Amino acid sequence: MTKIEKLLAELKIKNKKALTVFLTAGYPDIKTTEKIILEIEKHSDIIELGIPFSDPIADGPTIQESSQKSLEKKTNLKKIFSIVENIRNRTNIPIILMGYLNPIYRFGLKSFFQKAKKIGIDGLIIPDLAYEENTEIAKLAKKYNMAFIPLVSLTTEKNRAKKIAKSSTGFVYVTAVTGITGARKSVSDDLIPYLTMMRKETKKPLLVGFGISKPEHIKKLKNYCDGFIVGSAVIELIRQKKSVKNFLKGLRCAISNF
Amino acid sequence: MLPNKNGYYGQFGGRFVPETLMSAIFELENFYKKAKSDKNFKRELSFYLKNYAGRPTPLYFAKNLSRKFGSKIYLKREDLCHTGSHKINNALGQVLLAKKMGKTRIIAETGAGQHGVATATVCALFGIKCDVYMGTADIKRQSLNVFRMKLLGANVVPVHSGSRTLKDAINEAMRDWVTNVKTTYYLLGSCVGPHPYPEIVRDFQSVIGKETRKQILEVEKKLPDYLVACVGGGSNSIGLFHPFYSDKNIKFIGVEAGGLGLSSGKHSASLEKGKTGILHGTKSFVLQDKNGQILPTHSVSAGLDYPGVGPEHSFYKQTGRASYVSVTDCEALDGFKLLSETEGIIPALESAHAIAYIPKLARKIKKLRFYLCKSV
Repeated sequence: MTKIEKLLAELKIKNKKALTVFLTAGYPDIKTTEKIILEIEKHSDIIELGIPFSDPIADGPTIQESSQKSLEKKTNLKKIFSIVENIRNRTNIPIILMGYLNPIYRFGLKSFFQKAKKIGIDGLIIPDLAYEENTEIAKLAKKYNMAFIPLVSLTTEKNRAKKIAKSSTGFVYVTAVTGITGARKSVSDDLIPYLTMMRKETKKPLLVGFGISKPEHIKKLKNYCDGFIVGSAVIELIRQKKSVKNFLKGLRCAISNF
Repeated sequence: MLPNKNGYYGQFGGRFVPETLMSAIFELENFYKKAKSDKNFKRELSFYLKNYAGRPTPLYFAKNLSRKFGSKIYLKREDLCHTGSHKINNALGQVLLAKKMGKTRIIAETGAGQHGVATATVCALFGIKCDVYMGTADIKRQSLNVFRMKLLGANVVPVHSGSRTLKDAINEAMRDWVTNVKTTYYLLGSCVGPHPYPEIVRDFQSVIGKETRKQILEVEKKLPDYLVACVGGGSNSIGLFHPFYSDKNIKFIGVEAGGLGLSSGKHSASLEKGKTGILHGTKSFVLQDKNGQILPTHSVSAGLDYPGVGPEHSFYKQTGRASYVSVTDCEALDGFKLLSETEGIIPALESAHAIAYIPKLARKIKKLRFYLCKSV
């Protein structure tokens, strides 16, 4: 069992939902990313660190801009590893890396997993890695006992979604919108039936991300999934130099109040 | 026959896209498989290629150029196609496919604007709504084609991100596609992107090579020694090369955009200076830094200004089936003048790269007479 699987199993027993926070690593700079992780670690269950990429085809304007700014500060995988190394003795919160395949591929898949395991990274999400291409990476994740977290989408049909869920060793990332990342006003009507179908087909935890930005979204969906991922809404707060902590407290409140 | 069922040409190709697009990719693959063996589809495409696009295009014996370089040089005149480039071959094929799939909206990316114009043209013909993504740097340097697209009823969407060229236009088109995948058909213009696009584009462009083979055999009763064509994403070159793949005596030469010189870092020579990587859904040679970030490119020709290349070209390079060279902006402009002055044919800046390589090739080859076909 990976650390992520254990955590989600514990939360399930306590009837709690997981709150995962996405941060673009190195935005606005490496030190601030470290600081924010330590500030919010008590208010979230999992941290997802985004590896910035020059051509993020699955991302909307908010994450595109934060990635661009982070790259201008010369953020690379080595520096992202150093963030985790620096904070690992101060927090035990599970940390997942999320990034497009090319920077990881260039780093070398094996070296990537060796290094990530050594410094205490707990999982990996690659949004442009289709199920058909995931064999090698899923195998390495297994070898290093790290969570491999695949995505399913509203356009993924049942049998395929089942296969994808089976390859997960953390949770299944359910994208809440047919589209790119970015805060949305409301959640799609198709989502509840989709989550209900997924719940029937797999025992793996289901976390919903893409477009989740308001307590209302969480209230509407929380009975159908095991947790949430918030990204663009958090990045937007960081951009405006506003408190992420208060925002997360609001979401937490929506999660725990029945 | 390549690619294999997962869309691989040797170790290159594949499908590296967000899960949201996978159902659309399978749908496209299935429709294309059916269309390929459907007589009616083939008949319809041939009809439009002949009567609308003006095919077959001539294989022109460039007498003056041949004399100058002591060789026999033939030019495959894709510039005489309707809309002025080979892009119409692929646009016609894919729009017919999109219609079969019941898609009501078409999106495309464009660099030089030739693919955008071809797409806008075919969409006008069939009355389909069309949005074309184009980097603002390209909009500026290719304003005539922007004008043509608008005249044809297409909506040109300016892309302000990144280097504001072809690469960024593809990013934005893919984001649109992810968002509107149920109604929208993405009409990729080059042999790049996730499988099955490189195969589809190659097949629709193979009409170039198939005609060339027939035409050269009619005149010369033998096949050429060399095939030369420019390579950006690589659609016109793969269209010329692919039908000759098994004729091992024919040498393929792809000419990349050398920009300000390969050592300047300001070029678009993915096959010569790139490393294996993943860009826009496919594994191929990619211009990237040591951290795997995609590098900005440069070329005087907007159509070649791209940091990736079709996976089949990467395969040809790795297996030695084709060789890839580059000419600089400056040399390309010399090629541009050369063809204009010797043959009275003003080539596109993209094709001018291939023309510019002819004097270099002529110097290299000892044998005085060789046959060469080149796509203009």
